[in-house]
Amino acid sequence: MPQILLDGLTLGFVYAIVALGYTMVYGVLKLINFAHSEVFMVGAFAGTEVLLFLHAMGYLATLPPAVALICAMLIAMILSGTLGVFIERIAYRPLRQAPRLVPLISAIGVSFFLQDAVRLIEGLWKNAFYLTAPTLFTNKITITPTLSLPVKSLVVIMAAVTMMVFLHLFVSRSKWGKAMRAVSQDQATASLMSINVNRVISLTFLIGAGLGGAAGTLFAAQYSLIHPYVGFLLGIKAFTAAVLGGIGNIPGAMLGGILLGLLESFGAAFLGVATNGAMGAEYKDVFAFAILIAVLIFKPSGLLGEPEREKI
Amino acid sequence: MPVLALDGVDTFYGKIHALKGVSLDVEAGEIVTLIGSNGAGKTTTLNTISGLLKPRNGEVRFQDRQISQLPPHEVAALGVAHVPEGRKIFPLLTVKENLEMGAFRCKDRARIKHNMARVFELFPRLEERRRQQGGTLSGGEQQMLAIGRAMMSEPEILILDEPSMGLAPLLVDHIFRVIAELNEQKMTILLVEQNAHKALNIADRGYVIQTGSVVLTGMGQQLLANPMVREAYLG
Repeated sequence: MPQILLDGLTLGFVYAIVALGYTMVYGVLKLINFAHSEVFMVGAFAGTEVLLFLHAMGYLATLPPAVALICAMLIAMILSGTLGVFIERIAYRPLRQAPRLVPLISAIGVSFFLQDAVRLIEGLWKNAFYLTAPTLFTNKITITPTLSLPVKSLVVIMAAVTMMVFLHLFVSRSKWGKAMRAVSQDQATASLMSINVNRVISLTFLIGAGLGGAAGTLFAAQYSLIHPYVGFLLGIKAFTAAVLGGIGNIPGAMLGGILLGLLESFGAAFLGVATNGAMGAEYKDVFAFAILIAVLIFKPSGLLGEPEREKI
Repeated sequence: MPVLALDGVDTFYGKIHALKGVSLDVEAGEIVTLIGSNGAGKTTTLNTISGLLKPRNGEVRFQDRQISQLPPHEVAALGVAHVPEGRKIFPLLTVKENLEMGAFRCKDRARIKHNMARVFELFPRLEERRRQQGGTLSGGEQQMLAIGRAMMSEPEILILDEPSMGLAPLLVDHIFRVIAELNEQKMTILLVEQNAHKALNIADRGYVIQTGSVVLTGMGQQLLANPMVREAYLG
């Protein structure tokens, strides 16, 4: 039981961090950035390559694993963040005035491009596009003789919580964080306050994509095996988490991610028991999409999202 | 040299010719009002000044600098504070955060604090509600916040779009008193109003705009006495 809870939380925090990227971009641009799942995937590859490099150089044996992970995450964040800014510049900004469907298609195009680009690069370089990240944390914390918690899951949760705290402080306290909220509420009026809206949008992509990249690295460290299509399913689930919490709402994305992770974990564990073995854990993905449909039907604004009101 | 001058400005919404050769100017320390009926082009004129719309022909000059092709955030940074129609406060930011956004270009914290104290002096109600979200304020309080937010940028000119819209008569009086008070403190003001009577009463000069063209201009009191203005706007 605590094991299921921990698994669910670990997965949930990964969803939550990725969901933040969807929700922040939606907040400022009202665009679902479907390329975000591939930014996550690029982050997973970048982080894994850093770890593999450290491993090959023999540093992994001597360096504390936390330092190695932070190194990998930072490099993945910088790379993914830059990639996010770049994607917005070339694939979305020229389409700012176009109907909403057009940048959406552009996003899907970017997704395909990134999947195949990573596949090509890894294929040429390593002769294989599946990578296995080295295991960093092997030990477990024993609480009772029957209960022990793997450190690597705890590390994922700790890293995710740290990022959430920093993001929260940035958005609620800093001048540019407030400007980001102002832009998401009213772009034209924000520009009348001498806020450079394009700069805020770039910053949003930088942070959202950076978080996505960090989540990719955490994912690789937790689940080891990654490939160029690893972002697809996880991305859609993180998007579901963002919708569940209320798209555009930052605390909502965090809550939605954690809830979805828990639901999936408990669902997978109990589905077999509940259906007398007729349905097993392989049906766990159904939960995410059943939730997406239910939210869209019954509460499209999500758990924490509020329908917009206007006062005269 | 006028603080702000429009010279033969043509602005289009797609194919619709919304402003047809509008020229007007505002001297330092003046209150100038732009009156006209719905859809005459008042808001379009203001949006063209602040850079939200780009004119196809003509010039917008601010302190003798051509600004018609600048993006809105650069126009604002020069010292043009535009309080848009419908107030447009940020509903999910607190009152204090809304005011901070007004001071976005200012890097001096002490100065921001000082200006915020001045706004609170002008509108004590805002101080009471500084931690409240903007969207929870009443219409009148939102208008105070919108004006206060504009003052936070220490503007060279304050542009107000229908500040009395949708407000109860007592609040309208209050807002107009504040406008007059700001002007006494040497603030240059361009005021767009539906309430022509009140606007012309406090204005030094006025322009009447009709279907995208300036049709009449004169001193405030002169326009108040003008039979055509009386007929069309003062009822």
